[in-house]
Amino acid sequence: MTKVLAIDDSRTIRNLLRVSLEGAGFEYHSACDGVEGVEQFTEVEPDVVITDINMPNMDGFGVIETLRTGPNRTTVPIIVLTTESGADLKTRARNAGATGWIVKPFDDGSLVSVLRRLTGHVV
Amino acid sequence: MSRNSIRDTFFEECEELLEALVEGLSAMEENTGDMEVVNAVFRAVHSIKGGAGAFGLDRLVAFAHAFETVMDKVRSHDLEVDEALMRLFHRSGDQLADLVEAARDEREPDSETESTILKELEAYLGESDKQDDFSFDALSLDFEAAPMSIEPAEPALRRFELRFRPTAALYANGHEPLLLFDALAELGTLEVTADLSELPEFDAFDPNDAVLSWQLTLDTAEDEMVLHEVFEFVESLCDLDIRVSGQSPEQQPEPEVEDSTAETVTSLAPSGIEAALPQTTQDTVEDARPATAPVQGANEPRGPRPTLRVDLDRVDRLINTVGELIINQAMISQRIEELELPAVSHLTNELEAYKLLARDIQEGVMAIRAQPVKPLFQRMSRIVREASEATGKKAKLVTEGDSTEVDKTVIERLADPLTHMVRNAVDHGLESPDRRTEIGKEPAGTIRLSASHRSGSVFIEIIDDGAGLDRKRIFEKAVEKGLIAPDAELSDQDIDNLLFLPGFSTASAVSNLSGRGVGMDVVRNAVAALGGRVSISSLPGAGTTFTIVLPLTLAVMDGFVISVSDQTMVIPISSIIETIRPNRRDLHQIGTDGRVIAVRGAYVPIVDVAGNLGLASSSNDIGGGVLLLVGTEAQGLAALRVDAIHDQRQVVIKSLESNYGAIPGVSAATILGDGKIALILDPDEVVKLHPAAPVLFTTPQPRTELRHA
Repeated sequence: MTKVLAIDDSRTIRNLLRVSLEGAGFEYHSACDGVEGVEQFTEVEPDVVITDINMPNMDGFGVIETLRTGPNRTTVPIIVLTTESGADLKTRARNAGATGWIVKPFDDGSLVSVLRRLTGHVV
Repeated sequence: MSRNSIRDTFFEECEELLEALVEGLSAMEENTGDMEVVNAVFRAVHSIKGGAGAFGLDRLVAFAHAFETVMDKVRSHDLEVDEALMRLFHRSGDQLADLVEAARDEREPDSETESTILKELEAYLGESDKQDDFSFDALSLDFEAAPMSIEPAEPALRRFELRFRPTAALYANGHEPLLLFDALAELGTLEVTADLSELPEFDAFDPNDAVLSWQLTLDTAEDEMVLHEVFEFVESLCDLDIRVSGQSPEQQPEPEVEDSTAETVTSLAPSGIEAALPQTTQDTVEDARPATAPVQGANEPRGPRPTLRVDLDRVDRLINTVGELIINQAMISQRIEELELPAVSHLTNELEAYKLLARDIQEGVMAIRAQPVKPLFQRMSRIVREASEATGKKAKLVTEGDSTEVDKTVIERLADPLTHMVRNAVDHGLESPDRRTEIGKEPAGTIRLSASHRSGSVFIEIIDDGAGLDRKRIFEKAVEKGLIAPDAELSDQDIDNLLFLPGFSTASAVSNLSGRGVGMDVVRNAVAALGGRVSISSLPGAGTTFTIVLPLTLAVMDGFVISVSDQTMVIPISSIIETIRPNRRDLHQIGTDGRVIAVRGAYVPIVDVAGNLGLASSSNDIGGGVLLLVGTEAQGLAALRVDAIHDQRQVVIKSLESNYGAIPGVSAATILGDGKIALILDPDEVVKLHPAAPVLFTTPQPRTELRHA
């Protein structure tokens, strides 16, 4: 099963993601901040990562940088899911190694189709 | 998990976020320079906005957005926090809380305050911030996304020639050329040709290198811009060249060699390789991925302690069952006692162990319901703020013992009385800033809220450093209201206690805050319903202290099993100061039926429990039996006379009122070890039933009942 790791400090967003992603047949894992997210990444070995930007302990940029340049660097797709939509933030995320950027609130169908495209996941 | 329950958890989360917000704002006030605090406040507002967006709560989103944007300016040092801005932040926090509450209850919030605050927030924003129009209507997918649907019409097809040479960074960022090609294929007819010319010899192969490039031909009706959109997120990570071939799709395009990519495309790949291509790229990408590190085991847990969210009903069912277990244990003990086994036997040893375990379980279960008073105390900062604004007084709130844990139900039911008392403390307790300066106090008064555990009870104190109670006025007021006779002689304590009488209010004008028909009597009853009591102490010129004493739990309590006129009853240990076996010497008769006992020089009225409850007194001998010294709210010390004390044990409180009916002097019932029901006495009420009690306190008052949580 395709594994998704969602990193977001909002329990509500994590719950919503769980419902839509599990419904679409993904194996769902989550973490509530950047530090836990990076830890979970090693543990879970997901096929795709969804991360928020504004989080305590380590923000989304930190997550992307750690996953892209840290000792366990990875090439799995990392999608930023945030309420922010500023162009400079997007550029920063891209330069750090983000694969895509989705603005909250997200639409279940579109999110799932994006994830499918990135992972080749079939239901 | 249904969407509804997600909505519920969203509001639960909002509560937590709002708490963090209030806490953060207070911290900001104390240390404006701490950016960590500003970040935390920003995140709280931001998270509320994010969740609210998911549920289409537009007003909440819009307000949170304005709030967040101003906070962000503070975060980026574009805005200095001064007193006015801090006040605005506090009000915004309060408004946000109101909007959350309104959204939860699905009602319309007060739009007037909202728009006032919004205007004030916007005043802090520059033109550029306003232009950053925040729209939640459209889902924006900034991605290498292709439109999901293809126009069925037959517009003019154009042929695009694309050259695509990814850099290693493209793979490193998690992109997959194959998926980009899939997206292009959705736009029209795609032909892909791979250029394998740069593939090195097998032994020189570096899996992290990007050596492949592609030439693509796309026949599509889409605009060139749409093609660029597909590559939006990768354009800086690859060499990309898109051009219209200028030829109609029917004609085979001549292979062109571009200057920019000349060195990469030296010859076209044989057509036979096309089919194998996707697999090749896939493998290359797979190989390029560094192996993830082995799982390092789940040691060194970080971050917040793991928690489990449980339905409150389940906890309450568990508590009920544990209650039954305690009763059952008492019954077994009783049966074993009846067997008259030797004092030390295996069975009694095991039974002792069983008792300890049962007690541990019960304490453990109670701890589940226990919550720190912090959120409750935090809410009071808003009350203090609002009350001081409405009265023109200056007040600050200081809290102590925030982490003291109290039963969840107690916290919930304490919110209203506490609000009222805090409001009163500002409204009636504190002097005006001018007056305070005049008498050498700081212009801003202090309201101190403190919580602590002391000897099995929870103490909550509301302390102000105001003028203290004006006993003369209280007395006059009580006379005016016909509550006492003009010539009544009352001690200071008696006068203070007049505040608790129904219908008593010292505010002569109905102010914005008080005079809502809620007096201290309501506070007193609310606290009494939780099995607690309130008392006042006041020092003229120095301030007033209200003390609320509550039991730790509402489900069980420690009690003395006593007998009164052949009836077995239970009296809460927490209310008993000491037990006295009276010495005839210390007993005195006053008048015809008034009896007192001298306790260390003070005369304490003796209250015959049997007589007050309407039972036949077992003996007329006032020297017999045992006296239980209790402190009552209404009249200070009293000595309750009972026939005997049999046991001290933990009893499970069973509501009497909901199962049977109200009985004066009785707060609840319990089941004893022999299976019999015993009434739990309310010493305060029993004393009030005393025929000789002062007239002042015989005013019928709403009964209070101990209720199971």
